[in-house]
Amino acid sequence: MAKYIVKRILLLIPVIIGVSFIVFGLLELSPGDPARNILGTNASPEEVTALREEMGLNDPFLVRYGRFLKDLVLHGDLGDSYISRTPVVEEIASRAGYTFKLAVFAIIIAIVIGIPFGIISAVKQYSLFDNITMVFALLGICMPVFWLGLLLILLFSVHLGWLPSSGFDTLPQMILPSIALAAQSVSVITRMTRSSMLEVVRQDYIRTVRAKGQKEKVVIMRHALGNALIPILTTIGTQFGQLLGGAVMTEVIFSIPGVGRLMVDSIMMRDTPMVMGCILFVAVAFAIVNLIVDLLYSFVDPRIKSQFS
Amino acid sequence: MQEELIKNQETESYERKGSGLRKVKDVFHRMKKNKLAMFGLVIIILLVLTAIFADFIAPYDYSTNNLKDQFSGPSKEHLFGTDEFGRDIFSRIVYGSRISLQVGFISVGIALIAGVAIGAVAGFYGGKVDTILMRVIDIIQSLPDILLAIAIMAVLGPGLANLMIAVGIAAIPGYAKIVRSSVLSIKDSEYVEAAKANGSSDFRIIIKHIIPNCLAPIIVQATLGVAYAIINAAGLSFIGLGLEPPTPEWGAMLSGGRAYIRDFPHMTIFPGLAIVITIFALNVLGDGLRDALDPKLKQ
Repeated sequence: MAKYIVKRILLLIPVIIGVSFIVFGLLELSPGDPARNILGTNASPEEVTALREEMGLNDPFLVRYGRFLKDLVLHGDLGDSYISRTPVVEEIASRAGYTFKLAVFAIIIAIVIGIPFGIISAVKQYSLFDNITMVFALLGICMPVFWLGLLLILLFSVHLGWLPSSGFDTLPQMILPSIALAAQSVSVITRMTRSSMLEVVRQDYIRTVRAKGQKEKVVIMRHALGNALIPILTTIGTQFGQLLGGAVMTEVIFSIPGVGRLMVDSIMMRDTPMVMGCILFVAVAFAIVNLIVDLLYSFVDPRIKSQFS
Repeated sequence: MQEELIKNQETESYERKGSGLRKVKDVFHRMKKNKLAMFGLVIIILLVLTAIFADFIAPYDYSTNNLKDQFSGPSKEHLFGTDEFGRDIFSRIVYGSRISLQVGFISVGIALIAGVAIGAVAGFYGGKVDTILMRVIDIIQSLPDILLAIAIMAVLGPGLANLMIAVGIAAIPGYAKIVRSSVLSIKDSEYVEAAKANGSSDFRIIIKHIIPNCLAPIIVQATLGVAYAIINAAGLSFIGLGLEPPTPEWGAMLSGGRAYIRDFPHMTIFPGLAIVITIFALNVLGDGLRDALDPKLKQ
């Protein structure tokens, strides 16, 4: 097991190299000269040339990429922001907490609502409860986070005045953004749980358990859910990735100073190192979540555990 | 199961010649029983008609300012009210359908062509080609797709064509993976062997035999993909990276209305409704198509 974890963590390296190479290449193609951006339009051509030389912008692409990787690996350094001149790593570290909290709250909401509703829907298939849940789940999937966010602000901040519409430091501030971001995942997880449970409860061993006279609660919660969990876990993992993407919109709507907001602002200001840092941050976070999900598989299904050794 | 699947696909492939139309009719016939899916289809048809005949449907021009009529609420003259420049929101939403549908269909087209090509080549040739292509796809997938689209927009800058490219590229991995797994499940079947024995070129085998046989999952994914592309494009415009004013893009309209949400909520409600209705229609249509194309899946 430990060997497997180490192997999986080592596998993060090619992901980081791959993502950074693609993004580095992409940003390389973006128009505009960073030196010119930093100095402003009034700077003389000589000043721009000097700054380009100082920043090492005149070196070939691969040399600069190599230098970027070296700094990243040896010093954990992602360079300095073109705008604020502060290290990218520091800036991201100071904001990562917001994005992390937002995504974690949202996934918790999604799990806590999605799985029970999915189970009950499956157990009472075609009941009124099931139908209503499925209508809401369908609506949730169609609702873009940026619109839901605005509607929530309209209802709970503007009309009712119950909750603040911006920030993310106090509990009341966290409620609306977390719900807005979670809605789509709630729907997806509910639907996945329902269909996964429906598939399992039809199988023979469930009938056997029932025939043995086991209580219905145990049949559903232990025997059925236990085997239905793998696809649900997979969905939760992919949903977490979606949440990290959706966090960008949520942070913009609710004025939360997280990494997503930082990325959008940095793109507007053509702050390449900062954009790069933000994207790498999300890629690594997503990879770690996937790793955790894969490890959880082995707890849910002992058959998978045996493959690790 | 696998054998049965291959056998089914074989017979389908033999039957296909001259009966393509009949198959479409079959699928449609099965889908007709699914009322929700048909409802979705009707909405999509109406939307396409709206986009085509926008000039006749919209009562006003989408970009003409009319400062006398700023921020007026829904009324007889302005069905959905007006925005901060006095522009008619209903007309803007009508014209916006052109943009959203274009972005949806064209970006899915881009993703489809590239994804199908990559998936088919990787699955058909296997070995090193497969490994390399799939590793690249895995790396691309290690970023949430909206983030990849954001990164690409950061490079390309705002604009309709760029938006389609960014959203399209971000969607490639999904198609590539679906096509690859379909190809893997049929490439060793007898009719492909037969085509090889006949001396057909690889290209011909992929185009003529393999791709037509994995059309069902591709069609379903593409229908849902249009919905996804429209949401992503609107999201990009919402955060200011997609289309710029005065283009009547639904996401951009939401973004514009956001500043006035306290006093003039109609500016955000109607464009949002347009997005949700479109996405809803595409989703139920996609679900219906999946059930109709693969009746075995439906319990």
